Amino acid sequence: MFGYYLDLALRSLRRNKVLTALMVLMIALGIGTCMTTLTVMHVLSGDPIPGKSARLFRVRMDVFPDAQFRPGEKTPYNLTRRDAEALLHDARADRQAMMSAGSMVVIATQGDPLNVEARYTSADFFPMFDVPLRYGHGWSRDDDAAHARVAVISGELNEQLFGGKDSVGETLQVGNQGLRIVGVLGDWDMNPRFYDLSNGQFGDSEQVFVPIATALDMKLATSGSTNCWGNVSDSHALDAPCLWLQFWAELDTPAKAVAYRQYLLNYIALQQKAGRFSHPGQLELLNVMQFLDAKGVVPSDVRLQVWLALGFLGICLLNTVGLLLAKFLRRSGEIGVRRALGASRRAIFLQCLVEAGVVGLAGGVFGLALAGLGMVLVRHQPTDYAAFIHMDLRMLLATFVLALLSSLLAGLLPAWRAMQVTPAVAIKSN
Amino acid sequence: MHFRHILSALRRHRIAASLLVLEIAFTCAVVCNALFIIGHRLERMQRPTGVDEAHLVEVGVRSVAPGSAEALMAQTRTDLAALRAVPGVANAAIVNQTLFGHSISFSGVSLSDDSKAPSIPVTQYMGNAPLAATLGLKLSAGRWFKPDEFVSQSQLDGGAGGIPVIISRALAEHFFPGQSAVGKTLHAFGANHVVGVVQRLVQPRDYGAAGHYDYAMMFPVNESYPHGTYLLRVKDSAQRQAVIQGALHALKVDGPLRLISPKDVTTLQAARARYYRNDRAMAWLLAGVRLLLLLVTTVGIVGLTSFWVAQRRRQIGIRRAIGATRSDILRYFQVENFLLATAGIVLGMVLAYGINLVLMAHYELPRLPVIYLPVGALALWIIGQLAVLGPALRAAAVPPVVATRSV
Repeated sequence: MFGYYLDLALRSLRRNKVLTALMVLMIALGIGTCMTTLTVMHVLSGDPIPGKSARLFRVRMDVFPDAQFRPGEKTPYNLTRRDAEALLHDARADRQAMMSAGSMVVIATQGDPLNVEARYTSADFFPMFDVPLRYGHGWSRDDDAAHARVAVISGELNEQLFGGKDSVGETLQVGNQGLRIVGVLGDWDMNPRFYDLSNGQFGDSEQVFVPIATALDMKLATSGSTNCWGNVSDSHALDAPCLWLQFWAELDTPAKAVAYRQYLLNYIALQQKAGRFSHPGQLELLNVMQFLDAKGVVPSDVRLQVWLALGFLGICLLNTVGLLLAKFLRRSGEIGVRRALGASRRAIFLQCLVEAGVVGLAGGVFGLALAGLGMVLVRHQPTDYAAFIHMDLRMLLATFVLALLSSLLAGLLPAWRAMQVTPAVAIKSN
Repeated sequence: MHFRHILSALRRHRIAASLLVLEIAFTCAVVCNALFIIGHRLERMQRPTGVDEAHLVEVGVRSVAPGSAEALMAQTRTDLAALRAVPGVANAAIVNQTLFGHSISFSGVSLSDDSKAPSIPVTQYMGNAPLAATLGLKLSAGRWFKPDEFVSQSQLDGGAGGIPVIISRALAEHFFPGQSAVGKTLHAFGANHVVGVVQRLVQPRDYGAAGHYDYAMMFPVNESYPHGTYLLRVKDSAQRQAVIQGALHALKVDGPLRLISPKDVTTLQAARARYYRNDRAMAWLLAGVRLLLLLVTTVGIVGLTSFWVAQRRRQIGIRRAIGATRSDILRYFQVENFLLATAGIVLGMVLAYGINLVLMAHYELPRLPVIYLPVGALALWIIGQLAVLGPALRAAAVPPVVATRSV
């Protein structure tokens, strides 16, 4: 029966090519814009480290002195050096890392000095975030403790400075000081760079990684937000009242997460007892997806675009409803004859829906082409996420499902009207 | 006109008519809001900074090896002298943060030194003596800094409080509404006396509440180069590229090994364009969607009206046969479309207002100004009339003889 309906639908669609083309165009335009914006949304709100995102936690706490404490205000995202070092030293999580963004000038053997982005962090960073290493390895906790002059560099910097060879053991010249290279990164495609969103959320990883104790010894420049209270001469001193360090903990089971939270609450209570503050303090432990959500990693413009596209699809569908109605009712005579020959109302209804579905699928195909065009446009936008937007298989399937569903929805009312046609009246007026 | 005939005819085509009305209403609502957002973005992109943007070039220099504060200060003086000597340069200064730059420096400012006193974060420009003239700031009250008021960064870190401050007029009005701010005291770095008020100075980037964009203050601090950016004022804005080349050359010739890269040099106009690129992209996108939307709606109206005309061929023939002229028929369809469009527009305005309320709650947009409503309405009346013209002309061409035939 379905085959017969399909045949009828194709015949009917061929009969009025302009109207058919208009309907397909409507659905294609709506689907194309919708899928473009939804793909951007899908990519931006994706999981940067699947399989591990639920086990990595950003530690935030409020241990401000009383004068700075404003109840109800957001818990700060960064920690003071004193707190970060204490948590790192206690090492109660499976893995933990403190870190800050920075930059340094590297002297190349040939050509101008290079300004490179850097991350100052601790040993667990590499296993924690599944950082792939092409040559060598990350540094050890002992290197952290010894303030070892070591560095891990990106594959790109390795290419620039050493022509891509295994540079482990070579010296990275930072100003007038040297760092021994212990590792070279492989391809590390992780976006957004969730571990620190303060300096651009999308893009390549940092080019140099240095133990944070070493970076402090060398007085390397940090970047990102540094928030101090009181008059401070050195914002990176151990006891400086400044928030500038990110702290991440890996907790492999929910029980460990509960235990770690309790440990942090005890830590805050101890600080309070030590007289740093008298308010109760605040703690927030967010896993990767919660953290990205709290940071609003999907730009509000993108959300607005999705709503706009959905509205556009809605208007296109309204249009399709009108055109389908026109198309079906113009065939009142034919429907009347079929009814008179014994077709049930249900049969007429189904046949009309099949016709709407065929239009929807065709709209989906053209919509996909338009979405492809949209992708090209998005990738040429001056946003830092532009290069990462691509359509995956799931979105491809979603395109056809959305096209089919929306065309069937658009077909409901016209099909219902068509099945109400009274055979006698329709035949007579013909 | 025969409004009543038209209305009673429409009543027989309730579904098609309400579809048309709904379509026009939704289009009207979306178009009004899209126009409004475009206008809002354009307005944002044109916010003045209070500085003479067309004549400014920024030059960033990074140090390779840390040096003593004295050595850096001496090098900075040498650099500034060399930059001033570049042909086409009218003035050179150094500042801790640049407009549309990546970093923003701010302090909590309040009216008393009590730490519980309400404070707001205010951005601070720290620069040397020629900064105000280089930026082309305009004083609206008080005076500029005196030469003996400038301190070094290390003196400031060492706790040199009590340095004077110059604030923007908006900030002056915030703290001292209706009074003169000159002579008053603000608490940022200790107690700072307000010695001058500039007409306008803004944050380097949007930070904090939207209404605080033009809250800014300046301190007399002699910055040194790795912590600051050189600002050049050119005599003729057409010379900016030549000045950039000259400045790069002048800095490379003298001084220690440093990172002097064309990547760290930009005109302020280029920095502005870069800062607002997302807003520009969004405005274009909205404009594109708005055009598509109007196109889709036009096509929809053409489709439905054509169907209508085809359905009513016989009635039209009968009307023609009993004396209606072609222009009567034409006008009939035009008026019908006008009535439907008007109904759609009325509904659309209510919807537009509703959408705006949602946007206000989620996207920090202000209330939709009433002016956008007639603009949207006009657009839809026009496209309605354009869309109906083709089918209506076809209807007018129906010969009276159709009445006597059975199709």
